[in-house]
Amino acid sequence: MLLEIKNLHVEVADKKILNGLNLTIEKGQVAAIMGPNGSGKSTFSYVLAGKDAYNITEGDILLDGESILELAPDERAAKGIFLAFQYPVEVPGVATMTFLRTALNAQRKLRGEGEYSTPDFIKLVRETSAKLGVSQEHLRRAVNVGFSGGEKKRNEILQMAILQPRLAILDETDSGLDIDALKIVSEGVNRLRSPERSMIVITHYQRLLNYIVPDVVHVMSKGRVVKSGGKELALELEAKGYAQYTDEAA
Amino acid sequence: MNAEVRNIKTPAEQALVSAYEGVRAALPGKGAVAALREEAFNRFDANGLPHRRVEEWKYTDLRALMREALPLAAPPDAAAKAKAKDAGKIFASLNCRRLVFIDGAFVPEASDLTPEPGLTIGAMADALAKGDTLVSARVGQVFETDDAAVALNTSLMSDGAVIHVAAGTVLERPIHLVFASGETPSAAFIRSLIVVEKDAQAIIAESHESNVSQVNCALEMVIGDGATVDYYKATQTRGLHVASLLLTVGAKAAVNTFALNSDASLVRNQSFVRFAGEGSTGGLRGVNLLRGKEHVDTTMLIEHAAGHCASREQFKSVLDDSGHNVFQGKIVVKPHAQKTDTKMMTRVLLLSDEAEADNKPELEIFADDVVCGHGATAGALDPNLKFYLMSRGIDDKQAEALLIQAFIGETVEEISHEGFREAIMRAALDWLETRG
Repeated sequence: MLLEIKNLHVEVADKKILNGLNLTIEKGQVAAIMGPNGSGKSTFSYVLAGKDAYNITEGDILLDGESILELAPDERAAKGIFLAFQYPVEVPGVATMTFLRTALNAQRKLRGEGEYSTPDFIKLVRETSAKLGVSQEHLRRAVNVGFSGGEKKRNEILQMAILQPRLAILDETDSGLDIDALKIVSEGVNRLRSPERSMIVITHYQRLLNYIVPDVVHVMSKGRVVKSGGKELALELEAKGYAQYTDEAA
Repeated sequence: MNAEVRNIKTPAEQALVSAYEGVRAALPGKGAVAALREEAFNRFDANGLPHRRVEEWKYTDLRALMREALPLAAPPDAAAKAKAKDAGKIFASLNCRRLVFIDGAFVPEASDLTPEPGLTIGAMADALAKGDTLVSARVGQVFETDDAAVALNTSLMSDGAVIHVAAGTVLERPIHLVFASGETPSAAFIRSLIVVEKDAQAIIAESHESNVSQVNCALEMVIGDGATVDYYKATQTRGLHVASLLLTVGAKAAVNTFALNSDASLVRNQSFVRFAGEGSTGGLRGVNLLRGKEHVDTTMLIEHAAGHCASREQFKSVLDDSGHNVFQGKIVVKPHAQKTDTKMMTRVLLLSDEAEADNKPELEIFADDVVCGHGATAGALDPNLKFYLMSRGIDDKQAEALLIQAFIGETVEEISHEGFREAIMRAALDWLETRG
């Protein structure tokens, strides 16, 4: 087991968002988390990545059996957690290449690994970006500045491919993507599937799961997992909607 | 009853008055120059050091800040001259012509005086003593002001650079005025004059470094019609540094200035700029990096006296600890200066709750067909940006450094000269790396 969430309770500005969330992610597993708006999916992704402003009142998050609650976001990243943001932020003035290199080498340093040499790094980025259709021109620009929604999402997957996390959380990676971009991004994600890498795919819609086929599907409502099942659960949700679960949880 | 208000002089003011009275006869220049000094001194004697009730000095109360006036600098000794070759490192990689000054005194043996066609270099002390015609025609006349710091400089000006670039001359290399100080705490009153004639091109850099001294420097610069001048000033001084730029720009000329203040204890950088001819462009930019209890004041008066000129003023300041940054920018558009186009922006990044930023942009417009804008912002680092960087494995300090670099980079990138751009960015990165 890679990740274990135990009875997690989280508040933001005194508002309870997560209410006793329990979840286990196996090594190499791709788990989809579905649920209606406001069910706490994005909060869950931020809490995993270590964003402050979230008050964890109860419960624990264990990675390889050890609590990560006290770790800063960069330390969690070095342990292999990666969040692909629903809304990747623009970072004016910081060139994408500088950003990628700083991040990769910072993680390697924290893990006690050597830094990438410049030629090796450039080769890595060239090869990876070509597969994702990210142009050299985009790499020269500041991080996400002037990128379209689809380009930002592709840039997230590019970062994931370069940083090679053990646990990737994809927060609504399909939102704002047209069908062609969705295919490119999904293919990028699928190339990264491996027995050594787990993924949490957060989405509203079943559509993305046609491209990234999950091993398990969890349904979240009102801050906890209310139903788990195989990939067919996503199809059932598509047909019947979330109403039955929101009622159940109430 | 006599209601005349007489200021009670502070010890520093008293010391400055006696310093002047003591050296008056020995200061270089007779006749008109001596009269200029006397007139300026009388103004200083009457008004004293500028203080918070003088609007332009409201945020930099020199009377309160200057507790003592250090003795006037003695001529530099051999040890100081030997050390001077290491000064001005910031621009050392740029293959500049170096002119070295220690405690304000020109040191010819440490300077590069290789002849170059169209370029004349001299020392202000000699020029004043000899009654040099260029100096007599210009000193105190480039931009007339009743500013107290300029008056004090005029009273006590001892040495500095006199540079003349003849019409049509394109200087082979940048000129770097290297200002360093000796070991003894002292005061220097530096006056320089740079005249770049019609259609000439020059790059002038100035670096100031000192441990404990008090420097009052003034640079008068005249840019002729069609001339192009880049002017860089890097100030990394302990002690007190008051600098005045008095600049007149002719027609169809281009001027770009950039000021860097980093690890500077107490700085007042004031500029008085007049666009006197039509069709010129100007870019006045700078970056201030403050920490500890440092205080940096950038004050400028930009006067558009002729039409069809465009000026851009852009300043970025990063304040850590109890740093105090002041920006006062006043743009005056005179009647008939139609089609003036100005944009002034000052942005401050606050890294600490104790830091203070005072931003005061002002516009005074007397023409009706102009485009003038100004803006001022002050704020902390965006936590969402920081979280994004950290979620990729970049630690807290490095994430902040990247964001700060990005913040100042926007202004540094405006420097068109690659070498100066890189030198200034390098100095900024050095500052970031030593951030506690």
